[in-house]
Amino acid sequence: MTDAAGTFAGSPSEKWKGFTPIQYLVCLKGILQREWLRYLSQKERFVSSLVRPLLWLFIFAAGFRQVLGVSIIPPYETYVLYEVYITPGLCGMILLFSGMQSSLSMVYDREMGNMRILLVSPFPRWYLLVAKLLAGVAVSLLQVYAFLAIAWFWDVKAPVVGYLLILPALFFSGLMLGALGMLLSSLVKQLENFAGIMNFVIFPMYFASSALYPLWRVQEASPLLYQICLLNPFTYAVELIRFAFYGRIEWTSLIVVLAVTLALLGGAILAYNPARGLTVRKQDMGGNQ
Amino acid sequence: MRRYIYLLAGTFAAVIHTGPVSANAVYVSNEKDNTVTVVDSKTMEVTKTIEVGQRPRGITISHDGKHLYVCASDDDTVEIIDTATHEITGTLPSGPDPELFVLSPDGKTLYVANEDDNLVTVIDVDKKSVISEIPVGVEPEGMGISPDGKTMVNTSETTNMAHFIDTSTHEIVANVLVDSRPRFAEFKPDGSQVWISAEIGGTISVIDNASREVVKKITFEIQGLRSEAIQPVGVRITADGKKAYVALGPANRVAVINTETYEVEKYILVGQRVWQLAFTPDGKNLISTNGLSNDITFIDTESDEPIKSVTVGALPWGVTVAPD
Repeated sequence: MTDAAGTFAGSPSEKWKGFTPIQYLVCLKGILQREWLRYLSQKERFVSSLVRPLLWLFIFAAGFRQVLGVSIIPPYETYVLYEVYITPGLCGMILLFSGMQSSLSMVYDREMGNMRILLVSPFPRWYLLVAKLLAGVAVSLLQVYAFLAIAWFWDVKAPVVGYLLILPALFFSGLMLGALGMLLSSLVKQLENFAGIMNFVIFPMYFASSALYPLWRVQEASPLLYQICLLNPFTYAVELIRFAFYGRIEWTSLIVVLAVTLALLGGAILAYNPARGLTVRKQDMGGNQ
Repeated sequence: MRRYIYLLAGTFAAVIHTGPVSANAVYVSNEKDNTVTVVDSKTMEVTKTIEVGQRPRGITISHDGKHLYVCASDDDTVEIIDTATHEITGTLPSGPDPELFVLSPDGKTLYVANEDDNLVTVIDVDKKSVISEIPVGVEPEGMGISPDGKTMVNTSETTNMAHFIDTSTHEIVANVLVDSRPRFAEFKPDGSQVWISAEIGGTISVIDNASREVVKKITFEIQGLRSEAIQPVGVRITADGKKAYVALGPANRVAVINTETYEVEKYILVGQRVWQLAFTPDGKNLISTNGLSNDITFIDTESDEPIKSVTVGALPWGVTVAPD
C-alpha cells in the first residue's frame, strides 16, 4: 500500500494523505479478508453463534408458545406463533453478540500487538476502524442468514422477499451494535474485564427490549421497564428488522439506529487509543513509560 | 448470473401471483352484541355493522345475493335482511331457538335446526311459511344438504347421530352414530360423502352417502396442546373437493385435510375459539370466525397461510359471503 501511495508527487505529508478510492478499497479488502480468514479458523465461533439463537428458538420459544400467545400488533396482520415473534429479536441477538465479539477481538488484537500493525498503515485511523467494523458486520450477516435458513426448516417463515428486505436493516443494526462494541473496546483496558460487558451490556440490552415480548406487554408488567425499553437502542434495531421482514420501514427505528450508529462510531474513533492496554500493562509491570 | 435473474424474477412473480381477488361482502353474525358485521373481502376492512335480533348465530345468503338470513336464536325467529339497504325486511317462522340452517340448492327451502325442540323445521322461503317439522334427535345442530338437494343431513348434539332426511318425503331414511356432540355436516361437492365434526369427540366422521356408513374417522393432534382443547366445529370442502378445512375451536387453529388420503396436512393459526368457516366465491380465501378474540381471519387457500385478522363484533359465530 505504501508503494502505491509513493507514486504521488509532492511533500511527504501529501504523500500519505492522497489515496485514490481504489486504494481505499484495497485496504478494505485486506481487512475483510483477514476477518474472514479469522472467522474460518474459528469454527467454534460459528457454531456457537448459531447454537445460541437456535436454543432460544427450539427450547425457550417452544415452551412459551402456549403461555404467551402473541396478539396482533404491527407489522403482523394476523396471529403469529411465538417463534415467529422472537425471530427478529434473535437476529438482533446474533448481531449484538457478534458486535461484542469483534470488540473482544479488538481488545485481544491490542494486547497481542496486532492492532498496532494495522494502525501502522498510512490510511486514516477512522477509515481503518470503519473498515474493521464493516468486516465484522459482514461476518455477522452470514451468521444471521445461516440462522434464518435453519429456522425456515423449523417452519418459522416470513414472506420470501422479506429475506432480501431485511438485509439493509440487518446491516444498519449490525453497524450500530458493532460501533457500540468498538466504543466499549476502547474503554475496556484488558481482556479480563470483558466478562463485565457480558453482564452489563449484552444481557440488559437483550432483555430490556422488544426482542422477547411485545412492548405493550412489558408496559402492562412495569411502566418503568417500558420506559427503559424505549431508551434501549437495541429495541429499535429489533423493530427495524421485524418491520423489514414484512416489507415495511419503521422510520422511527431507522432514524434512531442511524443516529446512534453515528454517535457511537464518532465516540469510538475519538476514544480509540491503540496503545492503551499495552501502556497500562507495561506500567503495571513496572515499566518506565 | 442468468440463473440468479430467473431466481429473482421467480421470487417477484410469486409475490405478485397472490394478486387480485374480487370484492364480495362478508357477513359475520356476532352472538353477543346482536349485530352482523359486513366486511369487504378485498380490502379486508369492516364497511358496516347491522343491528339484528337477539343472539344471532346461523347466517346464510340467498343464491342471488339479495337476502341475508340470520338465526336470531333468542328471538325464536329467522330474520331476512335486504343486502342492498341493510334493513331487516321480514322474518321466517323458524320455531324456537334456531341455531343453524341450510338453504336448498334451488334456494327455495330453508331447513332450520331447532335446538330446544328436537325438530328440523322446513320453511318455504318465498311464502314464508312452514312446510313441515321433522322430529330428530336431542339438540339438533349441524345441517348439511347434498348438492342435488335430495338428501339433508342433521346432526343431534346429545344423541350423537347424523340423521339422513329425504327432502321429498321429509322422513328420516338413515341414522348414523358418530362421536360425541356432532356440530356440523358438510357434503363433498360431488355428493359422495358427508363430513361430520364431533366437538367433544374431537373427530371428523366421513360418511359414505350411498352406504350411509362411516368410512373414516379423522383425528387431530397438535404439538403442545391437550387433546381436550381440540374441538372440531365448522367444516368446509373446496369446490374441487380436494381439500377440507376444519375449525378446531379452542385449539385456535384450522386444520387442512387432504380428502383423498384423509391426512391432516397443516394447522393454520387463527384467533381464539375458531367456530365457523366460509369460502369467498372464487375459492381463493377462507374466512374463519374467532369467537373469543372477536375477530375473523382471512386465509389464503393456495398457500394455506393466514393473511389478515380483522376485528368484528363481540363473539363472532357464523359467516357467509355474498355470491359474485
